Amino acid sequence: MTSAPLEQYLMLSAVLFGIGTAGVFVRRNLITILLSIEIMLNAVNLAFVAFGRMYGRADGQIIVFFVMTVAAAEAAVGLAIVISLFRHRESLNPDSFTELKW
Amino acid sequence: MLPLIPLLPFVGFLINAFGGRRNGKGVASAAACGAMILSFLVSLAAVWSMLGRVPDERRVVQTVFTWVSSGSFNADFQLALDPLSAVMILVVTGIGSLIHIYSTAYMHGERDSEYARYFSYLNLFAAFMLVLVLGANFLVMFVGWEGVGLCSYLLIGFWFQKKSASDAGKKAFIVNRIGDVGFILGVLLLFTRFGTIDFQEVAHQASMISPEVDGFGTLSLITLLLFVGATGKSAQIPLYVWLPDAMEGPTPVSALIHAATMVTAGVYMIGRNAALFSRAPETLAIVAIIGAATALMAGTIALVQNDIKRVLAYSTVSQLGYMFLAMGVGASAAGIFHLYTHAFFKALLFLGSGAVIHALAGEQDLRKMGGLRRELPITYWTFLVGAIAISGVPFFAGFYSKDEILAKTFESGHTVLWLVGLFTALLTATYMFRLVYLAFFGDRPHEAAHPQHPEEEEPAAASHGAHVHDAPPAMAIALIVLAIGSVVAGYVSFGGRFEHFLEPSFRGAAGAVGAGLEPDPAAGVPGRINELMLMGVSIAAAFAGIGLATYLFLLNRRAAEDIAGRFGGVHRLLTNKYYVDELYDAAIVQPIRIASEDGLWKGVDVAFIDGAVNGVGDTVRGLSELLRRLQTGSVRAYAASLFVGVVVILGYYLWK
Repeated sequence: MTSAPLEQYLMLSAVLFGIGTAGVFVRRNLITILLSIEIMLNAVNLAFVAFGRMYGRADGQIIVFFVMTVAAAEAAVGLAIVISLFRHRESLNPDSFTELKW
Repeated sequence: MLPLIPLLPFVGFLINAFGGRRNGKGVASAAACGAMILSFLVSLAAVWSMLGRVPDERRVVQTVFTWVSSGSFNADFQLALDPLSAVMILVVTGIGSLIHIYSTAYMHGERDSEYARYFSYLNLFAAFMLVLVLGANFLVMFVGWEGVGLCSYLLIGFWFQKKSASDAGKKAFIVNRIGDVGFILGVLLLFTRFGTIDFQEVAHQASMISPEVDGFGTLSLITLLLFVGATGKSAQIPLYVWLPDAMEGPTPVSALIHAATMVTAGVYMIGRNAALFSRAPETLAIVAIIGAATALMAGTIALVQNDIKRVLAYSTVSQLGYMFLAMGVGASAAGIFHLYTHAFFKALLFLGSGAVIHALAGEQDLRKMGGLRRELPITYWTFLVGAIAISGVPFFAGFYSKDEILAKTFESGHTVLWLVGLFTALLTATYMFRLVYLAFFGDRPHEAAHPQHPEEEEPAAASHGAHVHDAPPAMAIALIVLAIGSVVAGYVSFGGRFEHFLEPSFRGAAGAVGAGLEPDPAAGVPGRINELMLMGVSIAAAFAGIGLATYLFLLNRRAAEDIAGRFGGVHRLLTNKYYVDELYDAAIVQPIRIASEDGLWKGVDVAFIDGAVNGVGDTVRGLSELLRRLQTGSVRAYAASLFVGVVVILGYYLWK
């Protein structure tokens, strides 16, 4: 079984990251934006694992575990904020939350 | 033993200052009077033990602790008892005790807390005054010097709810401060010249050098600066203006601080440094001239004042002038002698006037008094004794001291100053008996016992309505003891004993006194006949003054009004106190006020300093106003800027 070359992994990672970024900018639903951020994180994870494999070291995978932990925490906090925002405004559109300034 | 003397009143101060509110009047007055009387007894014992020594060894020095020791500068907290300070502590504690006793009755109308506050100030004053006279160097003296100034301020402004009283307190404090600047500069210059501030050291070194007869040198400058301090504390021209206003304080305070003790501090200070002053004939001449001029000026003002306490205040200024005249002609012992007799009769006169004011429910205007002779017999008789004593009638205390000063002035060849002094003696007798006649003789206008503005009068007054009562026992005791003192105090000078007693304190001055004073050979023929003649002249002046007052203010009051009418200009000038207050106001107070208000306040502070500080603030505010527009509150905008930032930074590193 021949393994795919590094370039293909990185390409996939870049595409995933682009999709996530586009989602953050384009979508008008807070939950979708959170999902897009998860996609961006996983794109980064993929890049880490690919590099780790290329160098034959476990560092990449270790960092991925950290990222996954943080992502889980972030999802929990983010969703909690989203719920309380929704209770506040009956809306999930980020553009309706612009009070927090000056 | 010496530290006990000032410490006892200080303990009294602590008791009343910290426990007065709770203690009540009985404890407060017992603590205050007890502390003073104990201090008096300790002083007596200390002086008694000093008298047991031979005159040359009559100096007890006690170092309480080392205060300053820095390089070549050393100053211990050191107390010294010598004949000069012995006289002073006996006067301060003795008369102080009597005035404390008198105050227990005079201030009885006050609330408990005010009563304790009054006695705590009075005790604190006594403690500082005793430090002043016992201090063995300039620094310790300065502690007392400033302390008594503080207490004077506190007590003048005792009824601080009254605007005039708090103003008078501030005036006294500020005018004294001007004098104190001179005093401090004098001490600093003295230290650079002699390398020590110990009185005995300075006197010792000064007695080694010859007087500065030609021109105005360092010594003259030192002594002149010290004298500026003395003019402030002892109310001489040009800084006398605070003392008449100081009469806003309670009357016993006027008696103790502004007549008997504190105001004599300047005289004492010059006496303490007699050796130094004797080496600066230029300064001595100035001292003598200022003294005589002050005596005359204050005496003339006293003639026309209508407030009973103001007459006495100007009289005090005038008598202090006598003391400075004596100091200036080198007759230190005579000056201190007058200080000592004056303390008795001026305290007596003030306390007597206090009894009158007390009886008349706070009335101080002489024109509304009269006929009190029948209603206040004790006050009348004691006051009369005081008036006779100050007028210089033979066999009363004032005669001996004043005659001594006049004789010494004449002997030293200052004929003009002697004439001024003599004329002032006549004035003294006139204004004192004017006071006696206006207050105690004749008839009182009907409304006299009902002050028109009771809320402005001294709150101490206890009696109301037409019923006028004589001094209560505590006041009467003080009056009677002081009256006896006013008669017999002068007798200690018989046979030159007082002068002889003080001689060790003035020894350093002995070699040079009179030097540079250009004694007139014709006048300087001291002899029995000459002395008797001088005495006769001053007795004649005293009786002429009394006679004049009797004619103008008792027998024929119309004549006094006629004279006042005929010399309207002079009368107005005197009533307005030579317009000195107005002059100072226009020449000093207003320029300073205008410079401070328009220049320093509105110019420097508001425009410049505030402008700079506010300018910095305004600039930051303006920039922030622009920058805060960036914070839109839209999460997507933040995310976009974050993304753009990352792209830009990464792009920079990738394409570098």
